[in-house]
Amino acid sequence: MTVKVASEWLNSCSGCEIAIIDLGERLLDVLKVADFVHLPALMDHKYFGQLGDGRHMEIPEADVGLISGAIRNTEHLEVALEMRRRCKTIIALGTCATHGGIPALSNSYTPEEILHRYYTTESTDAPERRPDPTIVPPLLDRCYALDEKIAVDIYLPGCPPHPDHIFGALTALVEGRPPVLPGKSVCDVCPTRREGKGQLQKLRRFLEAPVYAEPGAPLDEMRCLLEQGFLCMGPVTRAGCGGLDGPPRCIAARVPCRGCYGPVRQDGNPRLDMLNALASNGIDIQSLPESISMLRFAGAHGLLRPAGKRKES
Amino acid sequence: MSRVINIQPITRIEGHASIGIELDDAGNVNQARVNILSMRGFEKFVEGKPAEELPRIVSRICGICPWMHHLASNKAVDGCFGVTPTPAGGKLRELMQAISHAEDKLLHFFFLAAADFVIGPDTDYAVRNVIGIVKSNPDLAQRVVKMRQLAKMTLDQFSNKAIHPIAGVPGGFSKPLREEDRIEILSRMRQLLDFALFTMDLAKKDIFPKYMEAIQTIGVIRTGFIGTVDDDGALNLYNGKLRLMRPDGSITAFAYEDYTDYIGEQVLPFSYGKFPYARCWNEGFSLDLDEPRGVYRSNTLARINVADKIATPRAQAELEEFRQHFGRPAQATLLYHWARLIEEVYACERAIEILEDPEITDPNVRAAVAPKAGRGVGCVEAPRGTLIHDYTTDENGLILHANMIVGTTHNLGPINMSVDQAARELIHDGVVNEGILNRIEMAVRAYDP
Repeated sequence: MTVKVASEWLNSCSGCEIAIIDLGERLLDVLKVADFVHLPALMDHKYFGQLGDGRHMEIPEADVGLISGAIRNTEHLEVALEMRRRCKTIIALGTCATHGGIPALSNSYTPEEILHRYYTTESTDAPERRPDPTIVPPLLDRCYALDEKIAVDIYLPGCPPHPDHIFGALTALVEGRPPVLPGKSVCDVCPTRREGKGQLQKLRRFLEAPVYAEPGAPLDEMRCLLEQGFLCMGPVTRAGCGGLDGPPRCIAARVPCRGCYGPVRQDGNPRLDMLNALASNGIDIQSLPESISMLRFAGAHGLLRPAGKRKES
Repeated sequence: MSRVINIQPITRIEGHASIGIELDDAGNVNQARVNILSMRGFEKFVEGKPAEELPRIVSRICGICPWMHHLASNKAVDGCFGVTPTPAGGKLRELMQAISHAEDKLLHFFFLAAADFVIGPDTDYAVRNVIGIVKSNPDLAQRVVKMRQLAKMTLDQFSNKAIHPIAGVPGGFSKPLREEDRIEILSRMRQLLDFALFTMDLAKKDIFPKYMEAIQTIGVIRTGFIGTVDDDGALNLYNGKLRLMRPDGSITAFAYEDYTDYIGEQVLPFSYGKFPYARCWNEGFSLDLDEPRGVYRSNTLARINVADKIATPRAQAELEEFRQHFGRPAQATLLYHWARLIEEVYACERAIEILEDPEITDPNVRAAVAPKAGRGVGCVEAPRGTLIHDYTTDENGLILHANMIVGTTHNLGPINMSVDQAARELIHDGVVNEGILNRIEMAVRAYDP
């Protein structure tokens, strides 16, 4: 059987779509069973008719709707709602769609603050000028994860999701079964060596190389980066970045995890969970220069707010 | 009756844009404009973040060319912290950039643009795409998918993450290159060079000759150009000085740090994206087709126009042949594709050069850095154009201000002009069909935005 697939990207970077292309030769297999009916990255289907004379946005009916990116402006919202109407199953593809992703760091600021900075940079002339909001779609009050605005059936986080998981999800849907996603943390699947708690009191910024054996040495010969004193978000981050059987990507590159697969639980708060974990292990959290970055992938769902609107906690 | 044609979304490009074509009562084009519909606010939300984290944040500006943002950002942070990367660290960064360029150009040419040439601009939209090529030309498609995957997986396997990379760090690179990896990557890059030369020949024999009329007419405008060259005036994608060329071919060169003296950005009502222009020409800014002011272009055609030469032999031979046909500077917009394939050859040759340098496997890949107050302007040539990241840090090394001018942004003015030109050239007396509208989009795709 074949399934009809529609794909859309919202407040995104196109990395998720490139991850689909990174299926490589597996993509040719997917194309035998998936019939793409709408895919702006690669195909020319238009919202307002192929002659640009339609009045209403129209996306073709599909069995599966892949949506990457969060919802940041009125056009994103309109597209997301139309996708929901037209697609039986909606997959939130990538961490922007599931948790806001990097662009949801903008939720620390009001739309006005964001626009003001962009249109007053050192290279910009006449800083009082702005685009016309009747021509460009106005920003919403903040950056929303997909499920804050439409119902989501399947969550496929990752920045970007590993092609193994994209392939797994698409083939599962073709075969009519729900896709299975990893439920472990990065630490659960990390091969580095842990020697025990207690010694560490402060965290260092990642300004020097961690200690590790030769470049080709197995990862289990390197001590856990958190134990080496570097902030690593592995404990609170969902595993999966390495695909079906690879180690966590950042650890393999000898750099600490920053949380790109989102929180281990869909509704987790990585900043709160990480600060609690550090504090309960006797680590001085004041040794960190800031902690907003702990929400760099998960700033939607109200977790990041502008300074004036932040809740007292 | 006057009407507006709304091409939305512009497809087979990266990002959110639409074209509005305003027709007068007689059905002729009043004006065509390209609207950039999205803005995310990176310049604001990186403020207050530790500078060394930025290379892993700003990569998300673009999922097609994350290496470019990652590397420009690393260079900017090096500048803020006053550190020079170790020689091997710098070379590994450039190697990753060269492989990434090689991958990106295959992606653009075959997956995004080729359908217009191989399947044809007038064919039905349902087959005018890479999936159509897979079905109509399976052998070529299989080979393209395989070669593009080879480049991408080379990046992925050595750096551990190809999309939104992590291996570049302030002071250099996160891990050294092993000798056995060097040998493996070298053999792959030689295969990719062969494929680049095959693609160049294929395009020169079977593709471009059929479209010479389109090349001479669609989206043609006259502008200046920007790009990076090294001290010898040769094309350099990773490091050098910037050259700004006027439409008449005269050149001004400047250091990255001084970019605001030479480039300004204008804000126009129909686009979130800003419009860079040549501030130093002192002629203001106008997208008027007959009398543009301050308009220059970036990306492949711009780079091969501003460079005196290319330092690798096969790409240099291609450049000479190109100049015999089209002169310098070449202005026809669809020649961006031709220039892209020349750069594909260069990127493969350059990667091989770096891999043959014995220093590339030196284990000293990362200089230690200490946070401090400073300013750094990191610039690289991204596939889509000159990319500038300009950061200022406070005494703790946290970001005070960040300004970024992204490759495609330089081309927003020219893209508008090319679309306006193409629409005027192709639409008369209200006659519009899918083929005409797709040809207008081809004027956008040439810039690979």
